[in-house]
Amino acid sequence: MLLIACPYCGERPEIEFRQMGEAHITRPADPASVSDEMWTEFLYFRSNPKGSHAERWRHVQGCGRFFNARRDTVTDRFSAIYRVDEAP
Amino acid sequence: MSQAFRTARGGSVERWSPVRFTFDGKEMGGFSGDTLASALLANGVHLVGRSFKYHRPRGILTAGTEEPNALVRVTRAGGRETPNLRATQVELYDGLRAESQNNYPSLAFDLGGVAGLARRLLPAGFYYKTFMPSLGAWHRVFEPAIRRAAGLGFVPGRADPDHYANRYAYCDVLVVGGGPAGLAAARVAASSGARVILCDEQTRFGGSLLADTDARIEGLQAVDWVDDVLRDLRGSDRVTVLPRTTAFGYFADNFLALAERCADHLADPDPVQPRERLWQVRAKEVVLATGAIERPLVFAGNDRPGIMLADAARIYLNRYGVRAGSTAMVLTTHDSGYRAALDLQASGVRIVVIADARPGADAAWVERARAAGIRVALGTVAEGTAGYLRVHTVRTRHVETGRIETHSADLVMVAGGWTPSVHLFSQSRGRLRFDAALGCHVPDVSAQCERSAGGCRGVFHLAAVLQDGQQAGEMAARAAGASVQAGRRIQVTAAPGMTGSSVPPGDGPYAFVDFQNDVTVNDISLAVREGFRGVEHVKRYTTVGMATDQGKLSNINTLGVIARETGRSVAELGLTSFRQPYTPVTFGTLAGMSRGDLFDPLRITPMHALAAADGAVFEDVGSWRRALYFPRRGENRAAAVARECRTVRASVGIFDGSTLGKIEVTGRDAAEFLDRIYVNALRNLPVGKCRYAIMLTEAGFVMDDGIVARLSENKFHVTTTTGGAARVLGHMEDYRQTEWAALDVWLTSVTEQWAVIAVQGPRAREVLAPLMDVVGLPHMGVRDGIMRGVPTRLLRVSFTGELGYEVNIPADYAAATWTLLRDAAIAQGGCTYGTEAMHVLRAEKGFVIVGQETDGTVTPGDLGFSALGQAKRDFIGKRSLSLPDMREAERLQLVGLLPDRALEEGAQITAQPAPPAGTKALGHVTSAYYSPTLERPIALAVLADGRARHGEHLFVPMPDGAIPVRVVAPAFVDPEGKRLDG
Repeated sequence: MLLIACPYCGERPEIEFRQMGEAHITRPADPASVSDEMWTEFLYFRSNPKGSHAERWRHVQGCGRFFNARRDTVTDRFSAIYRVDEAP
Repeated sequence: MSQAFRTARGGSVERWSPVRFTFDGKEMGGFSGDTLASALLANGVHLVGRSFKYHRPRGILTAGTEEPNALVRVTRAGGRETPNLRATQVELYDGLRAESQNNYPSLAFDLGGVAGLARRLLPAGFYYKTFMPSLGAWHRVFEPAIRRAAGLGFVPGRADPDHYANRYAYCDVLVVGGGPAGLAAARVAASSGARVILCDEQTRFGGSLLADTDARIEGLQAVDWVDDVLRDLRGSDRVTVLPRTTAFGYFADNFLALAERCADHLADPDPVQPRERLWQVRAKEVVLATGAIERPLVFAGNDRPGIMLADAARIYLNRYGVRAGSTAMVLTTHDSGYRAALDLQASGVRIVVIADARPGADAAWVERARAAGIRVALGTVAEGTAGYLRVHTVRTRHVETGRIETHSADLVMVAGGWTPSVHLFSQSRGRLRFDAALGCHVPDVSAQCERSAGGCRGVFHLAAVLQDGQQAGEMAARAAGASVQAGRRIQVTAAPGMTGSSVPPGDGPYAFVDFQNDVTVNDISLAVREGFRGVEHVKRYTTVGMATDQGKLSNINTLGVIARETGRSVAELGLTSFRQPYTPVTFGTLAGMSRGDLFDPLRITPMHALAAADGAVFEDVGSWRRALYFPRRGENRAAAVARECRTVRASVGIFDGSTLGKIEVTGRDAAEFLDRIYVNALRNLPVGKCRYAIMLTEAGFVMDDGIVARLSENKFHVTTTTGGAARVLGHMEDYRQTEWAALDVWLTSVTEQWAVIAVQGPRAREVLAPLMDVVGLPHMGVRDGIMRGVPTRLLRVSFTGELGYEVNIPADYAAATWTLLRDAAIAQGGCTYGTEAMHVLRAEKGFVIVGQETDGTVTPGDLGFSALGQAKRDFIGKRSLSLPDMREAERLQLVGLLPDRALEEGAQITAQPAPPAGTKALGHVTSAYYSPTLERPIALAVLADGRARHGEHLFVPMPDGAIPVRVVAPAFVDPEGKRLDG
């Protein structure tokens, strides 16, 4: 079971967290002005890399905070963990 | 039998403590400190089981957890019954009852084994070859027959009466294995002040030292040195010593699972104690000192009872004081065969010959054996064996001359070299390397904070093993942050070093590679000839290495056969994956406390006991248990629900709505936040008013619904569906924290704080008015007030279509308030009602339930809320509603159905009464009830282009004939909403 370093609580076991999908998919500021193609891209298209992957995580059984992380999908190793308001 | 094979002295069994036990009903004697296997051997019993496929007689092959043959069922008082225990691991206690498995009618005469009939019927891959074309025959004929014939023990018939414990632990250094390397590692790590856990799968620590009668360590006999080290370790409060504890799984980030067996070795365990305990250990550093396992040799008839690993025979002698036979011979490719022969000969066992497959063995060992009067035949291999229930002769062949000899022996000791136990290392994702000189795989590159020491990394001589362990312990403690004094070199005198070399596997019928799954050399050769060349493929096709022993004995020999058949080297072939668990673990250990009521904790409302006292029948809704209906004497479900519905429409009913999710939303931007989250316009919701609101996913589909009530400028009370509470809060938190972090808004779950009592019906006002001020509260109004001194939040909302209130009261006062309102309702001719009546009443009004009328593909427009949120520039999901697919006329839309008779939820709707196969359904029934108000069945459904079909006659085809239905608007009772004011 992975140890994940919550930026607010420190290292906690994996079962306290939930992976929330790919990070840095920003909701368009004015959805009404976005084309159908761009909107469906935003809704449904995600990268699925073998290797380093920017992800959203939530410490759902702890502080409840969302944060971002970069995890290698092959080794499960986290190379970076940062707050939502921090740069990757 | 009287332990005829017990030596006069020696070993560490407690000879002053005799015990009685039975095997297959026959009573025998042994000593405390024996395993079932050593006690059976002391009584001359080798035959202990029948093999998996061929029902071959099988004996005790090993002295450890790698045992493939000696699997027994142990029964204890109180219906305790454990199948498939390895006799080599079962500790003897007075009164132990064990039975052999997989034989019919008896162990000595087994029909399945007659003439080896099964062998021709069950070649490699027989499942695929025989049964694929004819699945019917498989289910009817073959599977039942094979299930009877093959397999291991039977599942116990009764529920497990024992309980199991679970513990989380943290340490600086976890040492797995308490042999010489592990003890040396634990000692030095502990001396640095590091927190150490040391575990060993056996009862006694010491590993190979327990059978070592030659070695002296730091001036002590090996076993005394073990006691000495253990005494020190146990004396430290920073060290946890865990015997009978198997580290069976190595997971990410140095997380290991350990199974501790607490009670199975006791004749009369304390029922308060757990039977087993699961340790989940997070270690900063790990030392693996898991040792090595001796390999059997592959030759025709290598599985007869009486054929045993050479080191196992030595362990039975030196540790348990048991001679495994009277006349023995050795088949070997490794010097350890010589050491075993010398030890056994010294105890009075006659050694007929040491047949060494190597043309040139270590001269020193050969000399030692010859000096002791043992004949050594170099360059000699086994050709075949004879003896049905016990081996009695072995034919050997001199490789160079081809000369055949026949030897008589009742014990054949085989020594094929040593396989390091790299299971945990491999589970930790470390990379292995094939060491050609040692002829085995050893750890190469670590993936975690771990290091191997001693036998498990191919270090075999005792002096080197102790040194290696000490070094690993130092490194681990240092890496964990402790400061370590370099340990002094451990002084050892021990038997000279031993080497071996791999020799190609033998051939012939019944040359077993995997004893537990009955896989022979011929099976593997056949698999290779049929095109399976990769180890993983051969493994799956032949099932080699897939039994409960997980290939501990068979891995390397399997590779040897594949290498020979494919002309590749063992190094090229690679190795199959090692999987958890290292040895089998009981389900009880894994489940721990999560059984019965604790398996899936139940949520009940504060009024639960009162509802139960009123005779409520309950249903489970997600993790909640809710009152379904309140039957009166003589009422069945339908009658009770009909009465409850009619009472609500005629006078008043009270309903426990406490399971509704409740979220308090506060902050300067609370209104703005909710306006973005919900479809409805909420920014301008007046204080003191409520609104029914729908929430979408960003993809535009209905996700949840509820009531949003504005308590003050910056404070809202929001309800969610019972099942959606956590999901909705998570959804809101996501947007609050990530997309709109600049908004000043705070979310607090208050589901458990507020209990909810719905008071619904034309006389609801009369029930509440004496208790709190309801004057002037309009429909969809909210008001905080005081009821009998208790702060109360009163919402005037209706999920029944009647005049209705939802009384929110602090959970602690809920039971008292319920009683008060229930009595007041009864005084008005009312009653309590449950979730079923609630469902019927809302369906009569056409109110949807998210998750029943919706399934994650339904838009607000589909439900008839097309106009909702149109004026807003944006909300979550809005943009998706204008995607082409979301605007299609053919979408499924909510309608009402008036059927001729009761419908089933989920049933399909068609235009024809008997549509041909392949006809696309027009929609399906989502809710179906008998309406007591209309005295007829009604239903809600989603129907393609449904709103344009009002008045149409359609069909719901059922097995017993189609049910005609008329499509109507989804509102059966009071469509104008006149009853909302009572």
